[in-house]
Formats: sequence, structure tokens, C-alpha cells
Amino acid sequence: MSMLNGRSSPSDSGPGASAFPGLTIVADHVPEEAPAAVRLTEVSKVYGQGRSALLALDKVSLSVAPGEFVCIIGASGCGKSTLLSLVAGLDSPTSGRIDTAGQKVTLMFQEPALFPWLTAAKNVELALRARGVPKAQRRTQTQELLETVHLGDFGDKRPHELSGGMRQRVAMARALSQDADVLLMDEPFGALDAMTRDLLHEELERICAERTMTVLFVTHNVREAARLGDRVVLLSSRPGRVIEEYHVPTGGDRAEDSRDVAELAATMTGRLRQEMSRHVD
Amino acid sequence: MSTDTELLAIAGLDNLELGGALQPRGPGRVAKSAWAATWPKLLAVAIVLVLWQLVVATGWKSYVLKGPTVVLPTLWHLMHTRLLWQAVGITLRRAAEGYGLALVIGTVLGAFVARIPPLRAGVGSIITGLQVMPSIVWFPFAIILFGLTTPAILFVMVLGAAPSIANGLITGVDYTPPLLLKAGKTMGLRGFNLYRYLILPASLPAYVAGMKQGWAFAFRGLMAGELLVLIIGQPSIGVLENNYQDLDFFAGATSILIIILIIGIAVDTVFTSADRAVRRRRGLLEAGRAG
Repeated sequence: MSMLNGRSSPSDSGPGASAFPGLTIVADHVPEEAPAAVRLTEVSKVYGQGRSALLALDKVSLSVAPGEFVCIIGASGCGKSTLLSLVAGLDSPTSGRIDTAGQKVTLMFQEPALFPWLTAAKNVELALRARGVPKAQRRTQTQELLETVHLGDFGDKRPHELSGGMRQRVAMARALSQDADVLLMDEPFGALDAMTRDLLHEELERICAERTMTVLFVTHNVREAARLGDRVVLLSSRPGRVIEEYHVPTGGDRAEDSRDVAELAATMTGRLRQEMSRHVD
Repeated sequence: MSTDTELLAIAGLDNLELGGALQPRGPGRVAKSAWAATWPKLLAVAIVLVLWQLVVATGWKSYVLKGPTVVLPTLWHLMHTRLLWQAVGITLRRAAEGYGLALVIGTVLGAFVARIPPLRAGVGSIITGLQVMPSIVWFPFAIILFGLTTPAILFVMVLGAAPSIANGLITGVDYTPPLLLKAGKTMGLRGFNLYRYLILPASLPAYVAGMKQGWAFAFRGLMAGELLVLIIGQPSIGVLENNYQDLDFFAGATSILIIILIIGIAVDTVFTSADRAVRRRRGLLEAGRAG
């Protein structure tokens, strides 16, 4: 295997750093004592009962540090979305524990899931209202949030008058309006074209840099994960299990077509292939 | 600044996708759509008048059947009598009362049945069953209960309209997209707020469709009722129709038919435009037209 990257940064100090400067592969889990924004301990989820029961998640343990951006990747049916639903509290695990340390958690979906009868601004405002923000402050906060996603002039448009990318930005503004500490994203850009997705990656990166937010980002796009994550977690399919974790070096060129991202993506794709062939055997 | 934001906002392939959607609706477009809605109706009227005149020209039942040239002046004359307007007033008041009552009962019923599963099983089937009953068969029953009174008519109107309204609301609640429910719950909408801000607005298109269907049933019930339940001192549209039939006054009876048709179309237009407004706001109209 060739050297992945000549550049080495001082932050690379994990195991394996000497063999792959720029890319750190961590086989063992983060120690239990580390302060975590989200901690999953041996979480399993079974759907159905008896012979038709489906084990969606099998003893998944994962610890996400405050402010960390973790991408979860895996083939379809690996329980990625189930995992987020569990963390969001929309469903409860069959066994195991999920600890979000009393933080506010919000969820973004692949579809914008905007309310079609409300304008973009009213969609954001409703989330503020649900949170109990006083009426006087709602308008200004809504405008600020829309400007954060570059939609300051589009507040009075209804979702159907906006493009797919714009709708997903409104959804992002709505998620931000909930002032959550943990943002769960379920393939949020999966339905967008590559160009729009690229722009939204930049925007998401900027927004995350502006505030301390812990992000759990589910995707099946290996490059997207390498592009965005501080850490990438690979899940196996049926049942979903953590099979590998990759620490992505901070700094360096993180554009989706950069060498770093491409090589990390290639490594992960290789590992996923290996996992798939194990299934075929 | 604003152009900058706009550029950032609709960058990428979004430009192509949006097309002309951000163009404002000018007064020219409004006039155009008003004309588009009007001309088919004018054409329909013209076709009816021509066919009618053709039948008259054949001489079929010429001793009673009169053409538009006789009926339309009669209608004009009737429209200058106090009696007609009094009758129209009474009929419209009953329409408003009966429909209003049906709206309240149907909505309350629908709201309960939609949310309480045991009610759903039992009452849900009764509602569906009621919908297949022609309203006229209820009149003997209503007259036994209430006598020849306005409440008898209102009773039948409610029985006809309330199930449709309730069903519309139930359908709307049932078809609230699960994804929106999930989004609402993540936002922290619970209990009453979940209803007020999510489930009810999401149900609106189906509810309005149910209201429209309910009006059609209510109006049928009302007209049947006015022909059967003749109340002394209350000259309604139905009573006039009945009287002209007794007098073999073809032009008068036909004039009343035209007035009933006009009332029906006018109210239907209100519901249709409400329905379209709801759909347009949600972007459901363009999709429907393209398909």
C-alpha cells in the first residue's frame, strides 16, 4: 500500500499515525472515560418478533466528542437511519443505552420535510415558536437564520417555489433554529445534484465552524463522508455493526476532488467491498 | 448585497430547476385565468339554449313546452317580484343554517373519530353507511319526527352533508405525511400544538374537498325538502316550483330551475376557488396540471 499523504500534521498522534501520516486508522474504540456529547453503549435494535424479527443494529458502541463531526457510512439496510432515530429519541433501542447528556438533539432528513402550507420564513418561525421563543424575537431570528443559509431574500416563498437545494437550506435553517447541541443528519444531500451538494457541503462546513455543534451525519456516499467528517464510522449490513473507524486529519485540502479525500474514500470503499464479499460467501 | 445573496442562493443547477417559478403573477395573468374559467361556462349556456330552441322548433308537446324566448322574459319578470326574492332569501337562509350545522357536527365528529381508535371502528362504518343513503328517503322519517317544519329539512341536510365533511377531515388526518409528523416531533410540537400547527393544516385540502362534497349533498337535501315539506307562510324556491307545477306554468317552473342552477353554480364556484387556493399555496396545482 502506498503512502497516502506526504503532509503530516501535529494532530496526528493516534495509533497508526507513523504508518499512514495523514490518515489514522483506529481499530479500538474511544475510551469510555472520554467526555462525550453522544454515547451509545451496546445498542441493539430488533424490529418485529419471532421468526420474522429483524436485527437492525447489533451492539453498536459509539462515542462522539462535543463539537465533533462524525460521518456514519454503510450500504443500504445497515441501520444508519435507525441509529439516528434512536439518538433523536423517535424510537427506543431494544437493548443498550443511549446517552445524549441532556443535550438538545435535532434531526434533518433526506427530504426537506418543510410544511408546504407555510412560507420558508414561517417554517423556520414555527420551530422557534415550538421552542418558546417570544414573538418579538422570532422575526429577527428567522431573518438571521435565513441569511445564514443565504436565503435572506426568499423568506416569503413557499417550499414549492424553491429549488431542491434551497429547500434543503431552509430545512437547515429550521434545524439551526432549534438551537440544538447535537445535529443528526440523515443523508441530507442525497437527493441533490453534485454541484448543489458541493455548495451545501461548503455551507455546512462554514456553519459548523461558526458554532460548536456535534454532528452525526449519515450517508452512503464515501466521498461525502471523507469530505465532511472529523471521523468516519463504517457500519456493516444486516445487522448493523461498527466495523471500522477512520480519523480524518484536520487541515489540508478537503475538497471532494482533492487527493486526500479521494484516497481516504478509496480506502473506505475497499473496506466496504471486503465487508460485502464476506456477505456473499 | 441583494444580488450577491441571490447569486449565492440560486447557484448550481438550482438555476435550471427553478425556471420561471420565481416570476410574480401579474394582473395580465389574473385576467387571462378569469377568462379561461368563464368561457367554458358561456359556451355551455349557448349550447343549452340552442338545443332547447331546436326541441321547441320540432313542435314536440307544443301546448306546454315553451322556448327560451318565452321563458327568459318570464324569468326577467319574476325577478322583479318581491315574492321571488323572499323565496330565494328563505331558501338561502335554510341553506346556511343546515350547512352550518352540518359543518359543526361533521367537523366535531370527524375530529373525534380520527383520533380515537374505538370510535373509528364503529362510527367510521356508520359514517360511510350514511353516505350511500339518498337524502330523499329520510324525509318520511324526518316528517314523522319533526312534522312539516324547517327542522325536518335541516335534519335531512345534516344527515346528508355531515358524513362527507367528517370523512374529509378523517382522510386528511390519516394522510398527514409521516415525514412531516416526524419533523414536527423533532421540532418539539406535542399534543395540542401538534394538532394546531401540523395535523390540521396538513388535513386542509382533504377537509375542503369534504366540505365541497358536503355542500352538494346539503343542497340536494334542501331542494328535495322544499318540494316535500311545504310550510305555510314560507314561500321558498321549492314551494314556488311546486306551485307552478300545479298551475301547469311551464315558463315559471323553468325559471325557478334556472335560479336553482345559478345558486348551485355560484356556491360551487366559492368552494372550487377555495379548493384551488389551498392547492395553489401548496404547489399541488401546477403538478396536477402538468400530469
